[in-house]
Amino acid sequence: MATEVLMPALSPTMEEGTLAKWLVKEGDTVSSGDILAEIETDKATMEFEAVDEGVMGKILVEAGTEGVKVNTPIAILVEEGEEVPAEGAKTKSAPAPATLNGEEGKVAAPATAAPAPDAPKPDTSPDWPEGTEMKTQTVREALRDAMAEEMRSMDEVFVMGEEVAEYQGAYKITQGLLDEFGARRVIDTPITEHGFAGIGVGAAFGGLRPIVEFMTFNFAMQAIDQIINSAAKTLYMSGGQMGCPIVFRGPNGAAARVGAQHSQCYAAWYSHIPGLKVAMPYSAADAKGLLKTAIRDPNPVIFLENEILYGRSFEVPDLDDFTVPFGKAKTWRKGSDVTIVSFGIGMTYALEAAEQLAGDGIEAEVIDLRTIRPMDTDAILASVMKTNRLVTVEEGFPQSSVGNYITSVVMEQAFDYLDAPVINLCGKDVPMPYAANLEKLALVTTDEVVEAVRKVTYR
Amino acid sequence: MAARKSTAKSNVSAEELLGYYKDMLLIRRFEEKAGQLYGMGLIGGFCHLYIGQEAVVVGLEATAKPDDKRITTYRDHGHMLACGMNPKGVMAELTGREGGLSKGKGGSMHMFSKEKHFYGGHGIVGANVPLGAGLAFSDMYKGNDNVTFTYFGDGAANQGQVYETYNMAMLWTLPVIFVIENNKYAMGTSVQRATKSPSLWERGAAYGIKGEEVDGMDVLAVKAAGEKAVAHCRAGKGPYILEIMTYRYRGHSMSDPAKYRTRDEVQKVRSERDAIEHVRDLLLQGKHATEDDLKEIDKEIKAVVNEAAEFSKESPEPALEELWTDIYA
Repeated sequence: MATEVLMPALSPTMEEGTLAKWLVKEGDTVSSGDILAEIETDKATMEFEAVDEGVMGKILVEAGTEGVKVNTPIAILVEEGEEVPAEGAKTKSAPAPATLNGEEGKVAAPATAAPAPDAPKPDTSPDWPEGTEMKTQTVREALRDAMAEEMRSMDEVFVMGEEVAEYQGAYKITQGLLDEFGARRVIDTPITEHGFAGIGVGAAFGGLRPIVEFMTFNFAMQAIDQIINSAAKTLYMSGGQMGCPIVFRGPNGAAARVGAQHSQCYAAWYSHIPGLKVAMPYSAADAKGLLKTAIRDPNPVIFLENEILYGRSFEVPDLDDFTVPFGKAKTWRKGSDVTIVSFGIGMTYALEAAEQLAGDGIEAEVIDLRTIRPMDTDAILASVMKTNRLVTVEEGFPQSSVGNYITSVVMEQAFDYLDAPVINLCGKDVPMPYAANLEKLALVTTDEVVEAVRKVTYR
Repeated sequence: MAARKSTAKSNVSAEELLGYYKDMLLIRRFEEKAGQLYGMGLIGGFCHLYIGQEAVVVGLEATAKPDDKRITTYRDHGHMLACGMNPKGVMAELTGREGGLSKGKGGSMHMFSKEKHFYGGHGIVGANVPLGAGLAFSDMYKGNDNVTFTYFGDGAANQGQVYETYNMAMLWTLPVIFVIENNKYAMGTSVQRATKSPSLWERGAAYGIKGEEVDGMDVLAVKAAGEKAVAHCRAGKGPYILEIMTYRYRGHSMSDPAKYRTRDEVQKVRSERDAIEHVRDLLLQGKHATEDDLKEIDKEIKAVVNEAAEFSKESPEPALEELWTDIYA
């Protein structure tokens, strides 16, 4: 049967083109792969190859014709000895795409702002049962214990990174793991962030549960393509077939006097990405409970630690298997005058400020997000609906900060409850300076939190 | 150091030879159909065809056992067909339909199959190389003797992460075969315009990795080299590099006017070195098949491809709810 040759789409955006030149004439025999014509698109002149074999029966669109719409019949190919069918007679041609740009594809966009959102219902259950025995631990010890416990229970869990094994960890977080688990499961890498992050992701595709330590998250910038394009997106791109259970962990944010390239906070960066989870603990108990949850999670988790907090001691529940769920904020201090939301080391300033403010009769409610993604927005909203004022505290840069996102959620869902504009306290909008006095100035401080609270409470 | 060019030929039966012919022809006919559907607007975005390179993946798949793993870049349709993934699922993914292997959410460059141990389908040039080494790491960790075929192009061979991976793969003796499909052009830039290195596989020597150059238009030469590489990996000797000299007949993607090479250059390879014609000649000259037998095969394969194309048109677009699924496990 005769086959219509249709004007092809030769680029992702082409809708019409010029049929510049025919390279065959009527009566020519053509076979698959022969160049039939040259077609000019908006970008270039392209050669158009035959897919079927046959005899060029009739050329329908003359060379030089401009504005030929995609899928217009441009020629008729017949079989050897076959007549060109009369106009209107039945020919074989693939149907034009019916639904790609058609009305059928259109859907009403769902309303983004629900008229009356459900009242927020934060999970306020305690993290451990009342009466649980507690022990004092540093964040460093808590992190190590979390990894050791999960490695004992799952053979698929292993740790890789720079200096994690024989050196016992650049910040001693992996201290003792090599002795207990051996070189098969505690693996020193060369200084190769991009490469070992990719190997970790591949190992996770292969069924293991890697913990990839970055000596600092500043170095993970070398590996960010593997984290985002390979780890975070593959589950979606594979239609749910191939997940990536991996933890990327290490210190994040400013330490002390280490300059612009070693002092950045990546909470906002990673929290931008669907497919990633982002945890950023403050206390030792949360460091332990969240890291255990991260290792068990079937998704890629960014686990942001802080060098200054590593040596700080907290009470940790002395339980066999203590975990903290993702997406559940912790209220460290109850209060009715203002809500302060923070995470990670920002909690230090939030809690100090709350103490000072209490002395002046201002009762702040202090919420530690613990995980930035998923974010417990219910906890924030419920608190703001009570206090009507909000200050967010973080070390990252101000533009597109985590606080900016929190503000947008509160504005959309609790606008009528606000009695003052929200203040987002962040690090200053400058690369981190080295000089001690300038570095201090670049970071968020307790005094700034106190000042912001006074501003939103008008006191 | 390994021989510069593989001259060994696998001893194959007529039945195996016929199998390679069918597998290569399926890829070619499938890709021609994909090109056609692209022209009709049924396939969108980027679509990178494998026409010309069929012997590479078919030759190597002939050396794999079922549990071995494979991972490649965005020019991935041939790899999926060669490892036995369903042509209907591949084609319906190209058209972005519910019946696609990624439910229409991946597209031409992003398909996967746990069942066939095919790990994608990756769009960032070079990024699949450490991923492949990681897959090999997982097998070494589990203590089995599987190998991972990690395919990438001559263009990717200039990415830094490839060399980071070579270093660790050899350091940890990972069972990974690095397959450089050298089709001479990284998009529009010829190998000679991208590097002064006379050969790409020799760069492995800097890390102590053995390798060799292979004639990628000869499926038997590819198979012979693959067998050597697989044996090396399975014996626990670490990675191996195969630089397979091949040629793509079509543009880099569908919207490539291909002005960086002459039509004569393409025609010359097609008429003198075509991998499918080569096997066809072997079959006919060896009297393992008649013209009629081959015509029959051609018909069968056309039917498979047409069925895939029909399925890819009839399968509905994904349900709108699918936008929000598969983000987290």
